Amino acid sequence: MSDGKLVGIVLVSHSAEVAASVAELAKGLAGGGAEVPVAAAGGTEGGGLGTSAELIAGAAAAVDRGAGIAVLVDLGSAVLTVKALLAEGDELPEGTRLVDAPFVEGAVAAVVTAATGADLAAVEAAAAEAYSYRKV
Amino acid sequence: MLDADFFRRWMTATAASVDREAERLTALDSPIGDADHGSNLQRGFTAVAATLEKEAPDTPGAVLTLAGRQLISTVGGASGPLYGTLLRRTGKALGDAGEVGEEQLAEALRAGVEAVMTLGGAAPGDKTMIDTLVPAVDALGTGFAAARTAAEQGALATTPLQARKGRASYLGERSIGHQDPGATSAALLIAALAEAAGE
Repeated sequence: MSDGKLVGIVLVSHSAEVAASVAELAKGLAGGGAEVPVAAAGGTEGGGLGTSAELIAGAAAAVDRGAGIAVLVDLGSAVLTVKALLAEGDELPEGTRLVDAPFVEGAVAAVVTAATGADLAAVEAAAAEAYSYRKV
Repeated sequence: MLDADFFRRWMTATAASVDREAERLTALDSPIGDADHGSNLQRGFTAVAATLEKEAPDTPGAVLTLAGRQLISTVGGASGPLYGTLLRRTGKALGDAGEVGEEQLAEALRAGVEAVMTLGGAAPGDKTMIDTLVPAVDALGTGFAAARTAAEQGALATTPLQARKGRASYLGERSIGHQDPGATSAALLIAALAEAAGE
């Protein structure tokens, strides 16, 4: 628990619909997770498929409660854009971390864990652990 | 010595060249990518040219870091953070000197290329922009024209390679036989550098 503040979650997808739907799914499955600040940053600013640095920075600022932010991403340019923004140093709130996790499963694990008041390291570990769940 | 004006000319020449070649870049990106490389880079470098005109940074380093920042925020595809990182890291390596030598530029560009390799995880032979940039930086020691030639040869040499990075890598052997769009646009960037130098 970090001062009662919840870790924020940012979901970055190439598609606005995918990002928004995964955010909704994760909050829905989290039960008490409705309180967790989750923001979707999907597609480009013009509504096309792709990644927008502005939307990502805006989403991160919106979910920043001072307890850190876990960013989950889908493909290619989403990964590279978040890494490039982190490298800039001042584009994302302090304590923002790119989490290496599957997008949908990781988002659910991250939101459920954040809802318990867990810190950023615990949220990151829960999201990353979603990789170890084999389906076959 | 190369001043801020030289670096603005480099970026403006790149914007003009990407504008002219946008359709060809997108055509190259259509069999092995998602057919947006030309339009994405065109949007990015148009924004770069407009910003540099408005803000007119007065050192070489500031020109490149501002250009890189614009690319990261406007491109929308993977080429944004990759080219953005290349220019930003090169600009940061140049520091805040008012003028830089050719050797200094070559060293800074090498730091930029290494940052791109770290960001994207690509190595020479992976059929990416790295296959153009590494030989170009190696040749830059012998002049801008040599760098341009090396860049063009590097881009052409991606045709028989199998892609190991990005969306093209999903195609496996079917990526063989197509010139890489990122390697091609990187050759435009280096050709524009030679153009800015009057070569």
